[in-house]
Amino acid sequence: MKADVRAIKTPAEQALSAAFATVRGTLPGKGAVAAMRDGAFRRFDTLGLPHRRVEEWKYTDLRALMRDLYPLAPAPDAAARARAKNAGKLLAGVECRRVVFVDGTFTPELSDLAPEPGVTIGSMSEALGKGDPLVTAHVGHTFATDDVAVALNTALMGDGAVIHISAGAEPKLPINLIFATGSDKPTSAFVRSLVVVEKGAKATIIETYESGDAQVNAATELVVGEEAQVDYIKITQARALHVASLLGSIGPRAHFNTFAFTAGSSVARNQKFIRFAGEGTKAGIRGVSLLRGKDHVDTTLLIEHAAGHCESREQFRTVLDDESHGVFQGKIVVKQHAQKTDAKMMTRALLLSNEAEADNKPELEIFADDVVCGHGATAGALDPGLKFYLMSRGIREKEAEALLIQAFVGETIEEIAHEGIREALMIASLKWLGTRG
Amino acid sequence: MAFLEVKNLHVEVEDKKILNGLTLSVEKGQVAAIMGPNGSGKSTLAYVLAGKDSYKVTEGDVLLDGDSILEMAPDERAAKGVFLAFQYPVEVPGVATMTFLRTALNAQRKTRGEAELSTPEFMKLVRDTSGHLGINQEMLRRAVNVGFSGGEKKRNEILQMAILRPRLAVLDETDSGLDIDALKTVAEGVNRLRSPERSMVLITHYQRLLNFIVPDVVHVMAKGKIVKSGGKELALELEAKGYAQFSGEAA
Repeated sequence: MKADVRAIKTPAEQALSAAFATVRGTLPGKGAVAAMRDGAFRRFDTLGLPHRRVEEWKYTDLRALMRDLYPLAPAPDAAARARAKNAGKLLAGVECRRVVFVDGTFTPELSDLAPEPGVTIGSMSEALGKGDPLVTAHVGHTFATDDVAVALNTALMGDGAVIHISAGAEPKLPINLIFATGSDKPTSAFVRSLVVVEKGAKATIIETYESGDAQVNAATELVVGEEAQVDYIKITQARALHVASLLGSIGPRAHFNTFAFTAGSSVARNQKFIRFAGEGTKAGIRGVSLLRGKDHVDTTLLIEHAAGHCESREQFRTVLDDESHGVFQGKIVVKQHAQKTDAKMMTRALLLSNEAEADNKPELEIFADDVVCGHGATAGALDPGLKFYLMSRGIREKEAEALLIQAFVGETIEEIAHEGIREALMIASLKWLGTRG
Repeated sequence: MAFLEVKNLHVEVEDKKILNGLTLSVEKGQVAAIMGPNGSGKSTLAYVLAGKDSYKVTEGDVLLDGDSILEMAPDERAAKGVFLAFQYPVEVPGVATMTFLRTALNAQRKTRGEAELSTPEFMKLVRDTSGHLGINQEMLRRAVNVGFSGGEKKRNEILQMAILRPRLAVLDETDSGLDIDALKTVAEGVNRLRSPERSMVLITHYQRLLNFIVPDVVHVMAKGKIVKSGGKELALELEAKGYAQFSGEAA
């Protein structure tokens, strides 16, 4: 085996190695967790940051995009906590249980931790430190992947959320995990969360990432139990570098919907690794990304139908202005025994400028012989025929464009079950459109 | 001067000449039918009046109420009172018909310096208008023309016309694809909008529409210009003899 074909490490890679060496002894978790960290680090050390010759990262060359590593964020001081006080404004109008993380660290004083039967919310760092059996059972085991961004997260994971929803429980309010930047200096954070929703429980969980000049590598492991109903929404406004991985294992006869809304993000990659582990599940995996300037937003899916009779709908829409770059890579794998799988993937990119670029790469890998699977991808400008129709009715050009863009993203946002969240994301889209040049 | 004056209009599409010096006057309150064989340039005339930008005017002018409109964007023409009922109304996914109507009406009013309509005023206007056309609440909630039948699409065009109250309505082959009942509903809708303040241009291939919307004048178009004008009886003559006499070829 060739251990290393790369002679030179980039400054970011060297800094990551140095950071791991420095904090290794103080990171939470001993025994198996520490061994897992070491193993994950070795994987990174061997392969380096993913780059364009790694197929899954072809369009998002992290090695080139990440010039250096920002210093690991220290625990937030009072000033940092104060700066993060108003984070999560996008959903300010939606009644939620807010759980706040400042520079990656759980911040109880900003969080709503009122007890609720069947709902446990805690800190990952604490859970790793004391060897919480829930964490030991699931962290690192939800979805096996070789991905280097996930490996880096495992090696350096500090804090994050641990949420446990007991069987049959239905939290009254959506749980909004807010990851905010508090530091006034550039920092990096490796956050790891675990969400376990037991049999028959019903929950809406939102992750909001609002970061300033921060590098965030986030990974969330999500375990959805039998017949559970989970709506999982991720909102990303990350001004520097954001790489997020969702690792999901979905049980039988579950209803699972996930939605990713990304706007105002410079470099963001949302990768989702989701396995349907039991029969009869219905899932919607959707998202909307709004890009302008030199924004680079990458959505990468690996959806594994490992059990039969599941239905999945993957729908993504991207609006690209200026010189932005959108990437969609969607791979659906249907295992040999996953008969009667019904999977449809559709991705559409709307290009508002000649300089914008959209790369679409849908893939189906089907080993079963009795399935209905399909995918489609489109990329194009606003339809001049539609624009003329609207203008011929008296609607001004900019307004006609805004209406059409709004409709384009609205058709996907409409699929979100929670009315308040749906409206908040529609308003956020309108705001984004309103600031269009 | 007539309300609409088209003067010696020459138009090209993708370097192909379609209109060859078309001259046409439509008086205020007049309903003018334009008939002609396929390819004579009827739809081109409709699009040029509405301001579609893929059509290149190389010569001539179009005056509305005395002002040239050729340099105006489609939305400015609409605010000035031009309305085109499309031959093939466009589907607009994601935009509810109600939102569309309201946005259009208020945009026009804003351009004209008029106050926007309040929600109750607008709702009343739509209610009063849609019933006659057999358009129900469910259709109004749906995205514009998405999943509408051919007849529904045409009725939706007339609804828009009734709400926007143009001074010049151009109806491009409004009869195409309609069965007799749908045609009657659409024609009744158009007839209700006849007014001394509103000029209409009915573009049609067949005389059938003119049984239901009786024009004041009939113009025959061939090879990109008006070749004959007359009263409504001209339509019957065309129905009997066909267009061969104008196309310069034996039928």
